[in-house]
Amino acid sequence: MSKPQSPWGLEIRGLTKCFDRPAVDGLDLTVRAGEFYALLGPNGAGKTTTLRMVTGLLRPDAGSISVLGIDALADPVAAKQVMAWISDEPMIYDKLTPFEYLEFVAGLWGIDAAAADARATDLLGWLDLSEHAHERCEGFSKGMRQKVALAGALVHDPRVIILDEPLTGLDAASARQVKTVLRERVAAGGTVIMTTHILEVAERMADRIGVIASGRLIAHGTLEELRGQAGTSTTTLEDTFLTLIAEQAAAA
Amino acid sequence: MSQPGTLVWFAHHESRLAWRDWLAMMTAGRRRRIRTVAIALIVFATFMHVVAYSMVGRFADVGRDADKATLVVIIGSLLLSWSLMLSQAMESVTRAFYARSDLDLILASPAATRKVFAVRIGTMALSIVLMGVLLAAPFINVLAASGGSRWLGAYGVVAALGLAAAAFAVGLTIALFKTIGPKRTRLVAQIVAAVIGAAFVIGLQLGAILSYGTLSRIDFLESDALVALAPNLGSIAYWPALAILGDTTALAGVLAASLILLSVSIVIFSPRFGDHAIAAASISTTVTRQHRWSAGFRTSKPRRALRQKEWTLLVRDPWLVSQSLMQILYLLPPAFLLWRSFEGSGALLVLVPVLVMAAGQLAGGLAWLAISGEDAPDLVASAPVPASQIVRAKIEAVMGGILLVFLPFIAALALLSPYHAAVSAIGIIIASASATQIQLWFRAQAKRSHFRRRQVSSRMATFAEAFSSITWAGTAALVAAGTWLALVTAAIAAGILLGARLISPRPDTI
Repeated sequence: MSKPQSPWGLEIRGLTKCFDRPAVDGLDLTVRAGEFYALLGPNGAGKTTTLRMVTGLLRPDAGSISVLGIDALADPVAAKQVMAWISDEPMIYDKLTPFEYLEFVAGLWGIDAAAADARATDLLGWLDLSEHAHERCEGFSKGMRQKVALAGALVHDPRVIILDEPLTGLDAASARQVKTVLRERVAAGGTVIMTTHILEVAERMADRIGVIASGRLIAHGTLEELRGQAGTSTTTLEDTFLTLIAEQAAAA
Repeated sequence: MSQPGTLVWFAHHESRLAWRDWLAMMTAGRRRRIRTVAIALIVFATFMHVVAYSMVGRFADVGRDADKATLVVIIGSLLLSWSLMLSQAMESVTRAFYARSDLDLILASPAATRKVFAVRIGTMALSIVLMGVLLAAPFINVLAASGGSRWLGAYGVVAALGLAAAAFAVGLTIALFKTIGPKRTRLVAQIVAAVIGAAFVIGLQLGAILSYGTLSRIDFLESDALVALAPNLGSIAYWPALAILGDTTALAGVLAASLILLSVSIVIFSPRFGDHAIAAASISTTVTRQHRWSAGFRTSKPRRALRQKEWTLLVRDPWLVSQSLMQILYLLPPAFLLWRSFEGSGALLVLVPVLVMAAGQLAGGLAWLAISGEDAPDLVASAPVPASQIVRAKIEAVMGGILLVFLPFIAALALLSPYHAAVSAIGIIIASASATQIQLWFRAQAKRSHFRRRQVSSRMATFAEAFSSITWAGTAALVAAGTWLALVTAAIAAGILLGARLISPRPDTI
């Protein structure tokens, strides 16, 4: 089956989701294929809701979502096939071992069992989990659990990886490992979209940054472009981000 | 306002938490429902009074000079209630040890843990007493209204039973801690709690089967053999029964004994509660290794992977296995009845609804685990598998479990009566499918460890599941008896399913 060709890893148009109030309000967002995109915003800005709609975990009220040219609302299964989702709370099973977990995830994505085994062994070694590969996850630390979840996200070789605060609660060594893995995925042509409150990470890793507030994209571009939009040419991303948010709050 | 750190201050804190817990349980966390809940409670209480009148109204004239046989029946019924209270109390004590919630805060504070846990044991006792009083109230009120205020002493007896149950539960759980350690205690205490709750009922039924070939507990309690074995009149063992019948001396004795028991339990065990709670906290770091290919996930078929995952997670969690199988514990008497293979279709007729009812209940529990108790819902939902296939895999996992448990029963029944076996098999499939479907309609994400409290997330699902199982069991019984009335109960069951479908929430995922 030929894959639709698209310059966009992710293309969102007019995305809307209301709970008691609008969480995402007519959002337009584009992420190029093969880029590392950081999505920033204050708490409750709509970042997680947006990403959950992209991954098919929430049904939007309006708008369109396209992943690598695949209409994620019309054909969610095809879109999910090329995506991986990692949340800040690792989605793993306490009673399974990391190896079994990876086999299970590979089974869900329909990966050939022999190929999945080889890939799982590589990933566990890569993430320093080989020693614990056959221990149940129930006694694992937050960092180990997050690494197991990351391995699960990579075992089916996704072309778009979406992460929601993946570095929350990780120690320095684990955080570096996760960042290294993500950089390598981008270098290999993958698309990474990540929300984070650690602005230093966004500043150092992201090709482009989007800033969301009140469910709308209020600024996006490279760090330099964001500085231009904020009218602050020599400041850090933190200053730029806070300026943009303050301007948006004043305008609202 | 009381001084911080005092017993009264802790008691105020605990009672506020207990009240809010109870309110959240009754309203499923939605404060707007309070009025609805209040109306529902009034209707339910009225209904229960009618039920109580039909059950015990004729006994209102029984006086303090009751004969030995009557006292034996009362004591038997009290023991039955007490076993359920003890079961509930053990659950509460175990939860107090293992549910971390505020324990870390308490244990890290300079407050005297002895006081905290003394209050906590007292609160547990109070909640057990309250629950017992609420359940017994319709029966006591009916008896008091028809037979006079002397029956109100029964409230005191229920309170005494609750206090004694709490005292025994604390002692029993701490004894388990000391003998088998914190890791095993969690599982064993909860199994023991469930077994205690069921054992007395099952014991009476087994006795009834052996004596009369029926499942009737009352027949056994009223039997001459049991009355002959019971202590003579005048024995202290009859005090609780006499207290119910209005003997104030007996009531004072029973209340005093239970209060002393609870006080001793608090004085002895509350200083050590903190140490046990700390020991319980350390068990999560235990490492369990698995054999390389033990789970058999080597598959590229998503449905098979999902089925395998459900079964593996269940089998590897002894607590969940025990909780699921507890629902089957009540199948022991019918199984025994089947084994004795009584002549005629009368006994077999009893088996059909019991099997169907048990299947519905077990399927509801398994379906909750597979659907609402999914530990990684985002992972499964973000997989490239159509939702219909995910649902199908989970239904297959549930039905596989049902098949495994009930196939031996159907096979044994088929040897005695192929007709009853066929009716049971069809009933089991329909009741299981209905319970699973209800769980699908009312799915609400929850932790698997909340299995015992799953009814809190959706009362509607719980009621729908219970009534569906009951009506399908009734239908199966009527079909087995060969009456067209089965069509009426089948229509009611279908109506329950339709109603559940109409009020179920709309899913929000793609």
